[in-house]
Amino acid sequence: MNRLVARDLTLAYEQRVVAEGLGVEVPDGSFTVIVGPNGCGKSTLLRALARLLKPREGAVFLDGEPILGQPAKQVARRVGLLPQQPVTPDGITVADLVARGRYPYQRLLRQWSREDERAVAAAMEAVGVTELADRVVDELSGGQRQRVWLALVLAQETPIMLLDEPTTFLDIAHQIEVLDLCSRLHEEGRTLVAVLHDLNHACRYATHLIAMRGGEIVAQGRPSDIVTAELVERVFGLPCRIIDCPETGTPLVVPADRRKALTAGML
Amino acid sequence: MSRVVRAGALSVRWEPRAAAVGVGLLAVGLAAAVFVVGTGDFPISAPEVVRALVGQGDQATTFIVTELRLPRAAVGLLAGLALGISGAIFQSMSRNPLGSPDLIGFTTGASTGALLQILVFGGGTLAIAAGSVAGAVGTAAAVYALSYRGGGVSGHRLVLIGVGAAAMLEAANSYLITRAELREAYEAAFWLTGSLNNRGWEHAAPLGWALAVLVPLALAYGRRLTMGELGDDAAQALGVPVQRSRAVLVAVGVGLTAVSATAVGPVPFVALVAPQLARRLTRRTGPHLMSAGLMGAALLSVGDLISLKLPVAVPVGVVTGALGGLYLVWLLAATGRKGTT
Repeated sequence: MNRLVARDLTLAYEQRVVAEGLGVEVPDGSFTVIVGPNGCGKSTLLRALARLLKPREGAVFLDGEPILGQPAKQVARRVGLLPQQPVTPDGITVADLVARGRYPYQRLLRQWSREDERAVAAAMEAVGVTELADRVVDELSGGQRQRVWLALVLAQETPIMLLDEPTTFLDIAHQIEVLDLCSRLHEEGRTLVAVLHDLNHACRYATHLIAMRGGEIVAQGRPSDIVTAELVERVFGLPCRIIDCPETGTPLVVPADRRKALTAGML
Repeated sequence: MSRVVRAGALSVRWEPRAAAVGVGLLAVGLAAAVFVVGTGDFPISAPEVVRALVGQGDQATTFIVTELRLPRAAVGLLAGLALGISGAIFQSMSRNPLGSPDLIGFTTGASTGALLQILVFGGGTLAIAAGSVAGAVGTAAAVYALSYRGGGVSGHRLVLIGVGAAAMLEAANSYLITRAELREAYEAAFWLTGSLNNRGWEHAAPLGWALAVLVPLALAYGRRLTMGELGDDAAQALGVPVQRSRAVLVAVGVGLTAVSATAVGPVPFVALVAPQLARRLTRRTGPHLMSAGLMGAALLSVGDLISLKLPVAVPVGVVTGALGGLYLVWLLAATGRKGTT
């Protein structure tokens, strides 16, 4: 059985029910990407997987046990999360911020072990921010800041990492930089689950794609197996053509040019 | 830069600069307290005060020092400690330098409770103390309940609702005073400025006991407070039980506010200023409860000394109010220039 599994989830905020009877298995060792239109419940599902949202019904299981019943720090040693809008404390340095990723391993009299030191150095090295260690995070560019936050999650040394829209607010070059980095982390043996807005990015990087609409999973599987013009039309309501990406061979979504049809219709 | 001391699997982190600042602040606070003890109708020199404190003084001096004046100095130090720590807790939770208990209604609520006792029920010292604790706790409970939404409390809402509550309670306090007899109104107004006059061991001892419980609790939750500054989601994902920690920290912070208000009245601005000054001196990011507390103790102690040395009798609350007002103007002007909030 896979390590992270959700069964029969009913997810709701206050009165608004986002999803009912939702079941998901995150394949171990996959780079799973969840896509879908705004409001389809993809971020909500990720929050439930990260045990930030308590399901109204059903449960998320980590290693076969309900995740909410397990001690918080023990879960935090196995599942890490990069939130959509993390808050960077004023004036904090890169090294200090990354070091906070070690919290799940620390106790009153175990405040900073050699293990912590090694993990933080390795995490900063992995995302290439070692030279920025003493810089103040507020003063970095958006792309650098996102890499620093990734380093914090890496320092947590979890086999499973959840990423909530890690590329929002980044320009295209930094989006690719962050996703390449995620891809490398996946190849090193971690299980990644990301919510992404850009379907083409999802197809390019995902090994397992989950397409959601209206709180339900419409399709899941390898992008090249499931992404078709019909699926995109059904999930996003967007007529399109699917071609092979000349660079990676993965499906590439090219939206149909509806302007011609519109002009023709008006004539 | 921080240093680490390790022994086997144990490791402790400390920062030399923060430690030096802490020792310095403690020295300033204690020195001011010695001079406070030496000041009065019967002046005692600092060496004589110290000699009396260590049991080497003559009988009369020792009596004046330990029985009459030491409680005042002790209350000043302890109440300052409580104010500094509670200010640091609430400013960190609200992520706002203005989110201190004297601005978000808790201290004002304590005043309302005390005024009700003084003016309406005509209670004695103990009843006034109980009234102010009840006022602070009641206000905090109401503000906390009103900011509760969707399974938790956001720091931002806590500040906004707290400021609203403070304004309403302020109005209630003014109304209570207008309805009072002259002598009672004088007593009430005096209580409202915050004063260390006529403090005895009956004030210092309960304060000390309360802090013996609350301060270690606050320090034990300090690390979670630091983690909370990463935002609720990140903190929770790192294994911090965010809502439970916040509930405990609010309770401890309100407790500290209430016992200090009970002991010295609503002394303004110490809770607001101390964490910020401590942070600038230690150059640390994040809350540092101990340095904020020591800064509060030093500020209130020095403020009391200034109030004693002024040619006219001025309660300590007026001194801290004047100094704190200057700080507030500077803070707002400085943040305004930077274009940030």
